[in-house]
Amino acid sequence: MGAIHAKGMRKAFGDVQALDGVALDVPDGAFFVVLGPSGAGKTTTLRAIAGLEKLDAGSVHLDGLDATRAAPAARDLAMVFQNYALFPKKTAAENIASPLRARKLPANEITAATQRVAELLHIERLLQRRPAQMSGGEMQRVALARALVREPRAFLMDEPLTNLDLKLRVEMRTELTRIHRSLGRTFLYVTNDQVEALSMADQIAVLRAGAVQQVGVPREIYERPVNRWVAGFVGSPRMNLLPCRPEGRELVGEHGWSLPRPPWAMGESGRPLLLGLRAEDLSLERRDEHATLGGRLYALEPLGDRTLVDVDLGGTVIKVKARPSVTGRPGESLSVAVDLDRAHLFDAETGDAIPR
Amino acid sequence: MAGIEITGLHKRFPDGTVAVERLDLSIADGELFVMLGPSGCGKTTTLRAIAGLERQTEGHIDIGETRVDDLPPADRDIAMVFQFYALYPHMRTRDNIAFPLRAEGLPEATVRERVDEAARMLQLEALLDRRPSRLSGGEQQRVALARALVRQPQAFLMDEPLTNLDAEIRADMRTEIKHLQSRLGTTMAYVTHDQLEAMSLGHRIAILNKGRLEQVGTPMEVYDRPATLFCARFIGSPPMNLVPVSLDDGALRTTGGLALEPPEGIARGREVVAGVRPEALELVASGDGATPARVVSEEVLGDEVIYVVDAGGHDLHVRMPPASRFAAGAAVGVRHTGAPPPLYDPDTELVLA
Repeated sequence: MGAIHAKGMRKAFGDVQALDGVALDVPDGAFFVVLGPSGAGKTTTLRAIAGLEKLDAGSVHLDGLDATRAAPAARDLAMVFQNYALFPKKTAAENIASPLRARKLPANEITAATQRVAELLHIERLLQRRPAQMSGGEMQRVALARALVREPRAFLMDEPLTNLDLKLRVEMRTELTRIHRSLGRTFLYVTNDQVEALSMADQIAVLRAGAVQQVGVPREIYERPVNRWVAGFVGSPRMNLLPCRPEGRELVGEHGWSLPRPPWAMGESGRPLLLGLRAEDLSLERRDEHATLGGRLYALEPLGDRTLVDVDLGGTVIKVKARPSVTGRPGESLSVAVDLDRAHLFDAETGDAIPR
Repeated sequence: MAGIEITGLHKRFPDGTVAVERLDLSIADGELFVMLGPSGCGKTTTLRAIAGLERQTEGHIDIGETRVDDLPPADRDIAMVFQFYALYPHMRTRDNIAFPLRAEGLPEATVRERVDEAARMLQLEALLDRRPSRLSGGEQQRVALARALVRQPQAFLMDEPLTNLDAEIRADMRTEIKHLQSRLGTTMAYVTHDQLEAMSLGHRIAILNKGRLEQVGTPMEVYDRPATLFCARFIGSPPMNLVPVSLDDGALRTTGGLALEPPEGIARGREVVAGVRPEALELVASGDGATPARVVSEEVLGDEVIYVVDAGGHDLHVRMPPASRFAAGAAVGVRHTGAPPPLYDPDTELVLA
């Protein structure tokens, strides 16, 4: 009981078209993430579904029923925000129970619901403590418990992890995935962090400038981006994009490099393309069967489990994923092996992927 | 150019807070030295003391051959960069770069000479007469960097200069700073709370916690062998798995039964904490002779998959290649594949071996 279908949602604020025909199809029980940069229309999408924003056009259906004009309370959706303030004078149990008390539920139901959510979040031992006696991470869990204590049709979450430090964010990612699985309820989650989207979502909708670019499971979004923009936004480091042009059996780059033209790009005439190469599909280890690009070492960036090698191809710097032990000096010549089977091509003008 | 020598630096604020506690640091001439730690660790106070913006309670600072304790900021010949601010939109590249020099009141001939030199270094010559709206994102970054570099000081002090930039531009700027510093060879002291930035930029990293130095080392030294449990938790994402182990029959075992390669010279029977990086573990099909575990979550990050598995009551992070497929809830085996892990004394929190 938590399917959300939004169709043709449009919303303008003055001159700004925040939503330009957004459609979302969120199955019951999904962990569905709307991913996009700030200004893409993510929060407006969420608020429109919650009924906090009136649409100029379009519809919202909840479990098959038209809720486009329903009042927020009638939609039975719970919003979870970034803001995690707890009541300082109340115990964790009282904090968690506060949304249920506000609804005047019977005391035994409130106790049972508080206990259930405390178990889910592993915070039973904190229930009698006040916020001052808890660590930051513990307060975070209590606040989340308070948000999850109700049993609405679906939870709408607006960047709930944004204000946490890296370590807590990593922990809470795992925690949210686990909670989602045990609750079995729909999570509609909005974020600008592609790592959060890839790591938690069953399905991702990538939003840009008020329009959905692509919907898919994380692997699809990462491995088969539909345009250069999704390709550049999802993945870290971001995909290397090299301007080039097909000539005969070759792709010829802006700075004079050339690579064999992938067989699936043979149909392309001489129009400008972008060759998309992920850092992990490039290598500094020679493999004769592979195409290679020549360049000079620009910088080395050790990250611990890997080192990113920045290679200057003569004006364009690309990132290559290498072993942590790699060494080198700026300026030395390098040969970069390219795994063309895993390359992407985009039309340089429209940005659309050239299909295989 | 010059190195920076910090001896017994101590800073107590009037309210009694000790921000920096008897800190000794030696930054070599030409080094890109990163000070890393959470907010309140003392990194910015240290940087401000080097710059002369904060007077230390005790201790000394030398820049090159000069003891600068009593010198005002302007006489220390260093450049402090707080953030790479946006460019002035109405100014051409040339004037954006010249801005700090004109603000200092340098003669116009010197200004032109310095701007041309910075432009040559950053390959901006062709763009000198353009306004920011006609520059690409990467070009704008190079202009911002040129503006920071144009003063030619003995050393650069940078206080989280990339903090307010988008993730995308931040990654590019990181690369540019690293590249330029290696070309110019100017000493740079760089403060950040972002461990990834520290790893990727620094020749060496000093990790600070509550005003005290936890560790100094190259990125791979602090990554492979954190000196304290604090460093072990702070460096790496997902963080190092810290698991209680005991040494029996020559093998290190966790309470969940996971066997680890033991380092030499550890007393038997002792309870210690092992630090195991997620990439030093691997998952295999259940029953393959590995320690039984259950998949708690699977995070598909594109070029890798991070699993959290429950092995005998301990959650472990495991880093696997993108092709791996283990579903949440599945029974699997986990095993250690890396070198002997560092071991920590749970009481002192210091590395033992």
